[in-house]
Amino acid sequence: MTIDTPTSTTASTRGTSTPATRVLGILTIAMTLWLGVFGLLLSPADRDQGDAVRIMYVHVPSVWLAYLAFIVTALASGVHLFGKRHSLQADRVAGASAEIGVVFMAVTLVTGMLWGRITWGVYWQWDARLTTTALLFISYVGYLAVRGLEGSREQRARRSAIVGLLAVLEVPLVHWSVKLWRSLHQEATVLGTDLDVSLDGLMLFSLFVGVVAFTLLFVWLLLHRSRMLTMIDLSAESGLDRALAQRRAEGGASI
Amino acid sequence: MSSPNRLRVAQIVFAKDLRIERRSKVLTSQIMPFAVVTLVLFAFALDGDVILQRTAPGLVWLAMLFSSMIIVQRSFAVETADGALDALRVAGADMSAVFLGKWLALVVQLLLLELVLLVGAVVMYGIELRGSGIVLLVTSSISATCGLSAVSTIYAGLASGVRGRESLLPLLVLPVASPVLIGATRAAEASFGTGGTVTSEGWPWLGVLSVFAVVFGFGGSLAFGPLIDD
Repeated sequence: MTIDTPTSTTASTRGTSTPATRVLGILTIAMTLWLGVFGLLLSPADRDQGDAVRIMYVHVPSVWLAYLAFIVTALASGVHLFGKRHSLQADRVAGASAEIGVVFMAVTLVTGMLWGRITWGVYWQWDARLTTTALLFISYVGYLAVRGLEGSREQRARRSAIVGLLAVLEVPLVHWSVKLWRSLHQEATVLGTDLDVSLDGLMLFSLFVGVVAFTLLFVWLLLHRSRMLTMIDLSAESGLDRALAQRRAEGGASI
Repeated sequence: MSSPNRLRVAQIVFAKDLRIERRSKVLTSQIMPFAVVTLVLFAFALDGDVILQRTAPGLVWLAMLFSSMIIVQRSFAVETADGALDALRVAGADMSAVFLGKWLALVVQLLLLELVLLVGAVVMYGIELRGSGIVLLVTSSISATCGLSAVSTIYAGLASGVRGRESLLPLLVLPVASPVLIGATRAAEASFGTGGTVTSEGWPWLGVLSVFAVVFGFGGSLAFGPLIDD
């Protein structure tokens, strides 16, 4: 399951899937269905929160996925920047991972807000974790904007690697400052119920299923997306001529 | 390159940036008036003396953040317009020294802007400076400005010479700079005594602001070379 560089073979021109990713995709779908069964049917409603607790089975795995994706982005950025070869493949992995992370961070924020509205009565709380998450989301939107800037592939890779690593510096500072801010302002809390959900065994297991399903989903998306980015780079590099030649060759072979 | 040489480069860049600013007078003739207009607009939007007095520290720092975006854009527009940054590279200037020079020049300009905004807030919003809060106000403003300038210089360097940078820079800088806004505002509140706060509540914020300035100052001088050098 290496993230290989597609060459000009016919297999890679057809798509981004390999037998390994196909198996992974099927596993992901199976796990997601299983999560649906556990999250919606088998696991019990919470004593305080009722059915709203089921949002957690999407919310927690997606925040896990988003953070995992951002960690992968930072690591791949580091590999690109400090590695001897300044691997462009690492840069593509960083980019693909950040895209996935941003999507699931958005899912996290939306599901969190819906849960907050039901449980706390408000969509938003200026608490350290929420605020850090929101700012992190915006920072990675900025990171993707940097990836979209003009310039050579090497420029893009270096710029975005530095921004990806600076974002890692940002997280603890933002978290620390927001935490300090909120602890100095002990204002009326709107938390009607206790924040800590008392998890019974089945709930915990459903959550575990969710985390596994979303981790598989992440790996699957990452493989496809980074191969996709490789192909985009490849097609930009080789230009239209080569693509045309390949198509013609395919046409010739099938006749 | 030896370190004395590096300091010299930083010094030259620093002096050059301030000289350009002094001669072009963009800071005094355009950006400061813009900042003051922002203060006036805040007063229109938040009708009421009590609210203004309560929110003055936050408003001053918001005006500061927005105005700083314009100064930063300019700081790098002068470098890319005539390929000056490329010339610096050809001359073999150490990029971390260039960063240091541009960073400090920006700090000086932003501190001047802050002074204007502070006077504006005293005059228009009716805040009162307390003797006990002066030290906190000055130290926190300086460290906040150092942090904000460092972050802005890094990202402006990154976006310099790229199309669409005007809209990209705020998106990159403002989320990262949010600890500066939180910290500087809280410290300013403590030094003014806004909402019954006491000065001692502001000192932890000085810590946050200083750490921020050191982290991004250091990070910037490391990152600036690779950012520009492509």
